[in-house]
Amino acid sequence: MSDPMAHRIAAATPPALAHRIRGLSDRAIAWVFVAPTIFLLLAVNIFPLIWTIRLSLTDFRTNRPNNPVKFVGIENYRKILTDADTWLSLQATAHFLIWTIVLQVVIGFALAYLINKKFRGNDLWTTLIVLPMMLSPAVVGNFWTFLYQPQIGLFNYVIAFFTGADPSSFSMIGEVGLAPWAIVIVDTWMWTPFVMLICLAGLRSIPPSIYEAAECDRASKWRQFWTITIPMVLPFLMLAVLFRGIENFKMFDLVVQLTGGGPGATTQLVSIDLKREAFEKWRTGYASAYAVILFVTVFGLASIYVKALNKVKDR
Amino acid sequence: MSFLTGLLRLRRGPWEMLATILIALGVVMLMQPFALALFTWSFPVTLVGTVMFIITSHFPE
Repeated sequence: MSDPMAHRIAAATPPALAHRIRGLSDRAIAWVFVAPTIFLLLAVNIFPLIWTIRLSLTDFRTNRPNNPVKFVGIENYRKILTDADTWLSLQATAHFLIWTIVLQVVIGFALAYLINKKFRGNDLWTTLIVLPMMLSPAVVGNFWTFLYQPQIGLFNYVIAFFTGADPSSFSMIGEVGLAPWAIVIVDTWMWTPFVMLICLAGLRSIPPSIYEAAECDRASKWRQFWTITIPMVLPFLMLAVLFRGIENFKMFDLVVQLTGGGPGATTQLVSIDLKREAFEKWRTGYASAYAVILFVTVFGLASIYVKALNKVKDR
Repeated sequence: MSFLTGLLRLRRGPWEMLATILIALGVVMLMQPFALALFTWSFPVTLVGTVMFIITSHFPE
């Protein structure tokens, strides 16, 4: 059956253009379709990457565009990798990354396991649990600063209720020892639902027949959990860890809103440090080298992670 | 022993394993809180591992 719309378009195409299009080979038509994507990829990803690598080898400063740009070789890299403050930022990032991922995976999986059981109000609970994920990080950061207020903050009163401590005796975002945990708590609160949803998808993809077969073989619930549930949810869990790992490695908005990197530099994650170098101190060459170091780290980690993920999926 | 043989015969498995170890080592060195010297050498180790991983993923199985 012919399409009248297609006929109208074909009739409206100028004869010269129509002849040119008809004359293209399949390979050429494929290139015509793919070219815009390749062009965008080159313009948005590859060109900035090459430009950043080039800038990282110079002393260029964006706030002094008329100054002569000097080639400094690997000097920026040497400075970054011998700077104790940068080292502290990376340690703060490691603390944030490890604890958020551990807590989000454990709590997210536990919640998914519970939600996967049929009970009254199941859908309502799922919606309520997922709510924090839908909020803007700026909003979350802002209202958690109120919750963490030593005098009026609800968080301090809850802790005081359970421990008997004076609510105003500690400040979650004002103390060096507590601030790193404050940002871990908020990120966990906000993003555990995301991990829960991915785990829930994994749990719901397990065919019930496998559990029925295990029941016939008299496998205990504990054994079913370790030999059926965990292996079959593992690819989903690994995906969740990959997503959260990459996202938290570049965490910026939530932490800036919550602590601004303080007190001191205890919550100054690499992304905050990088932003300060690039747009407050205007050391563009130095910041570019910093960005290249982080890029290579994330790229290397993502490569081995994707390989591990493929291995788990192939099992 | 088979690991070394694989390395000598330019097989993907052992070379990818070596690259993976280097990347993981580099990342641990980058984020560890114990020695600044390890932090200083973390990037070269990660870079070598990452480049090695990209190249060796094209080796035969």
